Amino acid sequence: MAMALETQFHVLAVDDSLIDRMLIERLLKTSSFNVTTVDSATKALKFLGLVEDELRNFESSVASEIHQDVVDVNLIITDYCMPGMTGYDLLRKIKESKSLKNIPVVIMSSENVPSRINRCLEEGAEEFFLKPVQQADVNKLKPHLMKSKSKEENEESLKNKRKDMEEIYSPNKTRLRCSS
Amino acid sequence: MTMDVNQLQAKLCEHQSAMFHQGFLDDQFSQLQKLQDESTPDFVLEVVTMFFDDSESILKNMARCLEQVPADFKQIDAYAHQYKGSSASVGAARVKNVCATFRPFCETKNLDGCMRCLQQLQQEYSLLKNGLQYLFRLQKDIKAGGGSFS
Repeated sequence: MAMALETQFHVLAVDDSLIDRMLIERLLKTSSFNVTTVDSATKALKFLGLVEDELRNFESSVASEIHQDVVDVNLIITDYCMPGMTGYDLLRKIKESKSLKNIPVVIMSSENVPSRINRCLEEGAEEFFLKPVQQADVNKLKPHLMKSKSKEENEESLKNKRKDMEEIYSPNKTRLRCSS
Repeated sequence: MTMDVNQLQAKLCEHQSAMFHQGFLDDQFSQLQKLQDESTPDFVLEVVTMFFDDSESILKNMARCLEQVPADFKQIDAYAHQYKGSSASVGAARVKNVCATFRPFCETKNLDGCMRCLQQLQQEYSLLKNGLQYLFRLQKDIKAGGGSFS
């Protein structure tokens, strides 16, 4: 996967309200994010490459692997209250998915319900924003993105370190293949 | 009789202040204005136009729900909640506040109460719409006259 020199983060925003989608898109773009908006959790899952039906178990893992190369989402921000699948259900599906669980998720809601907020945070949401969302809220997003980016890089470098160590400490292993 | 740009700007300032002072608009509207810039010169107008369309559709739907026999209180509550959200998002404070008054009447299935709320809601929306349309007209005339506004 080619890394751009100037990382521009891609945010997927999910909200059934057209007005709120316009707002969040504008807020995010003001902070130099790339934005994709969808109007339902089901569409969000489709965009992320998770297929939701009987074929889930086998096909979805294949589908999500294929999509990983095409869809690169760095953060998902979703409304809580949506018809059909709620933002909470979406959060859970993402955290249950092998390929998507490391993407930070932020929940938005017009209602200040402490039990709701706790539930979301316990399920793995990074932040909970009360609507209407403000610039100050959006400013809180970059650290979460930087954290997950550097987490990825750390894991990459750990993997490489381990490979090197294995090479050094198993001198009896005969090299069957040329170094690639 | 055309007014010069300075007079228009003064009128705009006065009108906008009044709308805030009388509670039609709150800080969220200012936030929308802050999000508008040279790259998105019509942002506020676009959002508000969307809000007008949305409002008219919701008000019509709520009226229909109340005309049904028996009235669909659950649906009215849902519409009020939805409208409360969108009005909060654009800074339409008085509309938002009236939306909040529906719940107890819906819960107790009070038809008269709901009808009074709807009447008030229609009134507030109408006042807001007039106020905002006048505001946008002033802005348009100022721009046409070569002036600018913050």
